[in-house]
Amino acid sequence: MSEKKLALITNGKRLDGRKLNEIRPMKIEAGVLAHADGSCYIEMGKTKVIAGVFGPMEFHPKHKQDPLTGILNCRYRMAAFSTEERIRPGPSRRSTEISMVTANALTPALFLREYPKTMVELTIEVLQADASTRVAGINAASVALADAGIPMRDLVTSVAVGKVDGQLVLDVAGKEDTEGETDFPVAMLPRSRKITLMQLDGHLTKDEFGKAMDLAWSGVDTIYKMQVKALKDKYVKEKIATEEVQK
Amino acid sequence: MTTDLLAPIMRENVLRLLNDNLRMDGRKADEFRVIELQAPILDKPSGSALVKMGKTTVMAGVQIELGTPYPDTPDEGALSVNSEFLPLADPEFEGGRPSDESIELSRVVDRGIRESKAIDMSKLVIESGKHVWMVYVDLWVLDSDGSLIDAAGIAALAALMNAKVKSAKVVGDKVEVGEDSKPLPLKDHPVPCTVIKVGDKLVLDSTRAEEQGMDCRITVTTRADGAICAMQKGLAGSFTQEEIAKAIDYSVERGKQVRKLLKIK
Repeated sequence: MSEKKLALITNGKRLDGRKLNEIRPMKIEAGVLAHADGSCYIEMGKTKVIAGVFGPMEFHPKHKQDPLTGILNCRYRMAAFSTEERIRPGPSRRSTEISMVTANALTPALFLREYPKTMVELTIEVLQADASTRVAGINAASVALADAGIPMRDLVTSVAVGKVDGQLVLDVAGKEDTEGETDFPVAMLPRSRKITLMQLDGHLTKDEFGKAMDLAWSGVDTIYKMQVKALKDKYVKEKIATEEVQK
Repeated sequence: MTTDLLAPIMRENVLRLLNDNLRMDGRKADEFRVIELQAPILDKPSGSALVKMGKTTVMAGVQIELGTPYPDTPDEGALSVNSEFLPLADPEFEGGRPSDESIELSRVVDRGIRESKAIDMSKLVIESGKHVWMVYVDLWVLDSDGSLIDAAGIAALAALMNAKVKSAKVVGDKVEVGEDSKPLPLKDHPVPCTVIKVGDKLVLDSTRAEEQGMDCRITVTTRADGAICAMQKGLAGSFTQEEIAKAIDYSVERGKQVRKLLKIK
């Protein structure tokens, strides 16, 4: 263990220079894959995640179909090269849990009852991990699902609040995750303010919960605008491309 | 599957009763079942406990074994929590690979213990970087009638409370384990509390029937000082921030109640 504890906040600035309530620079691109019905590539700082959606399509195995609703199947994995130390490919207990909470975060946004007996297959692959990978995954997945044309009540937007050197920070990155006291990822339907994912590990008092949620909402509102823009940009590009062809 | 067909009927039933703040077993929405606890319950493992909440029955065993520390924590012992949802506990439980729910339960219980720093890991070192004690907590679900995470979390805590660590000394490059033992040093006593949401109603200590029709659930684990050390929103569905704040309040109270039952000062 290191002798001197690393100061994660100095003079109100975090290790990467951000203020406590700032999110990392982000990039969101919709429709990046040729074959998937919907897709999205996202960068939140150094975390890079790609999401792809196929469906709605026939559910296999047939005996697990639900006659009343389509089902969202989510597969979250980390690429072998996504972290400094190689990760053995394949599922892990962690990736199983994250796949589950991600599906649960997104399902409330989808009108799956319109597609009974089908499945929507969502794949989230973390290409580079610098904390908040499930958050980036959910943000990318929402855009990918919308890109696939799945009817949705709203996008789902996610962000992680952390506690570092005793202070709450928005959008946990790198060492803030490994050396910080708390990791608190949340996801919501921005317009109805409904919370569809909430997990915590670390330490948070009831008072801090309220303040952490204020930070989270501000992060969600910012990221939501970027998700919407990514979708609009894709269709503007397509419109321009179509017009070119028609000329 | 029969249970899926019953789900909407059960949900309607549950909601109808909840409108008058009633439940099928006569409890109010915020009432808990009586907890039956036997700790220890077994002789062979280091620590053990049996928890019953209504028909929900979970047995926990703690075994403390020699191991090597993780490379980034040479001066700490290690914790591993595992759960088995036995097929005899519920017609829906299949044998074989752990289900997603089983993995979720073990990870949520683990989080509560780990993040509250309940076990003083530094006291589990025999030789820095080489020999440490590994604490294995195994949660066996014997009968399922709702609130499995809560029952498992309480059983884990009760088992850890009667677990013993043997004495050990390094001789050359081997470890000699002695006959005498000391209680496992615990610094905190985390207690999980799960609130389910049915329609717009929040229900505590849900039964399996109530869970059939639930929209979602949130588990909040609190430490002895009332701070939250773990949270897990489960299943699809959504919560408002106010509902979660209420769940946190319930959890703080539940934590106090359970610690009193476990006779923690």
